[in-house]
Amino acid sequence: MKLSGWGRYPILEANIHAPRNVAALQEFVRSEPTLIARGNGRAYGDSAINSAATVTTCHLNRMLAFDPETGQLTAEAGVLLGDIIAAFLPRGWFPIVTPGTKFVTLGGAIAADVHGKNHHKDGSFRSCVDWIDVMGASGSVARCSRAENPMLFEYTLGGMGLTGIITQTAIRLRPVETAWICQTIHPVRNFKAAMDMFEANQGATYSVAWIDCLAGGADLGRSLVMFGEHVRRDDLSETHRQMPFIVPKKPKRKAPFDFPGFVLNGLTVRTFNALYYRAGSRKAGQQLVDWDAYFYPLDAILEWNRIYGRKGFAQFQCVLPLDSSEAGLSALLKVISKAQAGSFLAVLKRFGAQDSAFSFPMEGYTLALDFPINAKTLRLLTELDRITLGHGGRFYLAKDSRMSAETFAASDNRIKAFRAERKDNNWRDAFASAQSERLAL
Amino acid sequence: MTKSPVLVLGARSDIGKATAHAFASLGHPIQLAARRAGTLEADRSDISLRYNVEVSLHEFDALDIQSHNSFVDHLPELPEAAVCVVGLMGDQSENERDLEAATRVMRSNFEGPASILAALANCFEERGYGTLVGISSVAGERGRATNYVYGSAKAGFTAFLSGLRNRLAQKGVHVVTVLPGFVATQLTEGMDLPAKLTAQPEEVGKAITRAVEKKQNVIYVRSVWRLIMMIIRNIPEKTFNRINI
Ligand SMILES: Cc1cc2nc3c(=O)[nH]c(=O)nc-3n(C[C@H](O)[C@H](O)[C@H](O)COP(=O)(O)OP(=O)(O)OC[C@H]3O[C@@H](n4cnc5c(N)ncnc54)[C@H](O)[C@@H]3O)c2cc1C
Ligand SMILES: NC(=O)c1ccc[n+]([C@@H]2O[C@H](COP(=O)([O-])OP(=O)(O)OC[C@H]3O[C@@H](n4cnc5c(N)ncnc54)[C@H](OP(=O)(O)O)[C@@H]3O)[C@@H](O)[C@H]2O)c1
Repeated sequence: MKLSGWGRYPILEANIHAPRNVAALQEFVRSEPTLIARGNGRAYGDSAINSAATVTTCHLNRMLAFDPETGQLTAEAGVLLGDIIAAFLPRGWFPIVTPGTKFVTLGGAIAADVHGKNHHKDGSFRSCVDWIDVMGASGSVARCSRAENPMLFEYTLGGMGLTGIITQTAIRLRPVETAWICQTIHPVRNFKAAMDMFEANQGATYSVAWIDCLAGGADLGRSLVMFGEHVRRDDLSETHRQMPFIVPKKPKRKAPFDFPGFVLNGLTVRTFNALYYRAGSRKAGQQLVDWDAYFYPLDAILEWNRIYGRKGFAQFQCVLPLDSSEAGLSALLKVISKAQAGSFLAVLKRFGAQDSAFSFPMEGYTLALDFPINAKTLRLLTELDRITLGHGGRFYLAKDSRMSAETFAASDNRIKAFRAERKDNNWRDAFASAQSERLAL
Repeated sequence: MTKSPVLVLGARSDIGKATAHAFASLGHPIQLAARRAGTLEADRSDISLRYNVEVSLHEFDALDIQSHNSFVDHLPELPEAAVCVVGLMGDQSENERDLEAATRVMRSNFEGPASILAALANCFEERGYGTLVGISSVAGERGRATNYVYGSAKAGFTAFLSGLRNRLAQKGVHVVTVLPGFVATQLTEGMDLPAKLTAQPEEVGKAITRAVEKKQNVIYVRSVWRLIMMIIRNIPEKTFNRINI
């Protein structure tokens, strides 16, 4: 059947299999010469597609044990983060790290070693992973942790499915007193001011900025910087305090059909401006926001990826080292603002220090934005690649769908070691995706 | 407020699991019954953790008729509702040649499910309340060349359920007949089913909880099936014999 990532580009023909249990998975892995695991297909590009054999974990989705003393949850790899929240938030637990959508599987979160708005404080998803079970090409399963099979543990976190199939994991959740977040929004004139804001607020639990990519000149990188904190029960109003985990239900909306791209861009710019001036006039207003609206604003519109139209879209996400962030961001934003072709909103985030075998994050600033696919934006993306490389930055594979192998190889000096491990451990022949082929991994 | 349990017979099937999830999400403890019940351990913990309810496993073979009364007696608690999902599609062409295979299909869809629901019905009747749900099939609405062995057994089961409903209507016990059209399950995986006519197991599960709550009698899950089957039932035999559906 036809398969694509969340960006609906590229679309590839692939054989897809959905084993019901580990034994069936094992049999499948043994019989297929090459395959890749797929979670919920939220990576943007071709990371979770292998034309010969793609194996989804949609049926391996059971929660197996929970320890209320430590907050440790053991579950199969296909369990969705959203299901964990649905089950455990009412009991006072929340994921320690979450990406901007709750529709990701644990396997996908581990394989991409995803980050959230608290990376500067809590690190990437690995921070909450106690152990993983990884199935190799022979079908046998190895328990991996920092103490046991540490090499396989290290490379599977961020390894994009290229080291084996994660079957089970134990992760820790964080205790929370309520389902609410206190959000503070600061409008700032340009990206430099946004960076200063991040640096001055390293203690905030969550932080992220939206950038208006249309602004140029002295306003280059005009932003809304947003901070968030979990709300304590005592800080809720009398009525909310009675039911600290109950939040109002919102209707789920579906993007009605394949929108032309300009609709979304128009919408986002208008939302941005409205917030910008409102927050500005209120002088950094604080708001109480429920967890779903705070962490997953886009999830409220199901299938919003259709908004970009039939050709699909690409997301660009890079991270720049701290010392070259200012120069790099300036160069990137200039090109983006001049082209006026891309998405008009970008997301900026400060990463904390991270040292890992193949995961994306490193200390510095990460910038992410969407582009509808067309010849012009593909050229622009190549230009952004070049600027990123020039400033010592690297790229997020979970978002990539079009980078060249040369660009990738030049972006990261850990790639050689990863390739060597793939060869030496026989991962290379057994586990491959359209992306790993494109990038010669 | 603790709710009383719901029993799911044939709990390994996708429809059975989805039904268990649907009732558990409403706060009901769940009794999962199946052959080789021990293999449902992961589902037991999953349902229990997701919905914070008690879940127990029970060994059950629908074809072992002799065991049915004792199966019911040994349940830790007589459930408030019982849903029988047990069924066997079989292979029509094999059923035409091999009587033993055909008998197995007939027994698995009719005799076995009817027997266990009969045992439960008597206990529910004595208690004075309860709901019995049987998953039959639209295949039982009219015999067709492609699956009449299965269809005839489902027809028997459908008639059994309607008779049981009729008998218990004044006794506080309600009976729901579920005639799902196509459902996307392990059984139909790989078949090319029309999306608009194919329900997801979760939809079936939800529809069953609603039918139990609202005391509906016969549900099709996706309502277009009511219309489709009305048409199919009314095609004259002569015409029917010339077409292939
Ligand atoms: C709206 C939106 C917002 C996002 N926001 C963020 C964000 O803030 N931060 C962030 O880090 N990411 C973000 N992402 C990206 C997303 O978190 C990752 O792509 C994640 O990997 C998707 O998980 P999935 O289950 O859908 O996996 P898939 O997309 O199906 O697969 C992703 C990768 O994981 C591998 N994989 C999946 N399951 C397994 C398994 N069981 N064993 C081995 N490998 C496996 C696949 O092979 C593939 O390489 C966002 C995506 C969207 C659509
Ligand atoms: N899928 C559809 O399109 C569709 C349409 C209409 C009706 N239905 C009906 O829906 C029900 C579930 O079907 P499904 O699609 O989920 O198919 P399925 O996976 O084949 O489910 C049938 C279930 O019945 C169980 N079973 C069979 N014989 C048994 C026995 N002797 N004792 C105990 N359990 C027994 C099986 O248990 P094991 O796991 O132990 O084999 C299995 O769990 C069936 O009654 C089917 O006829 C399905």
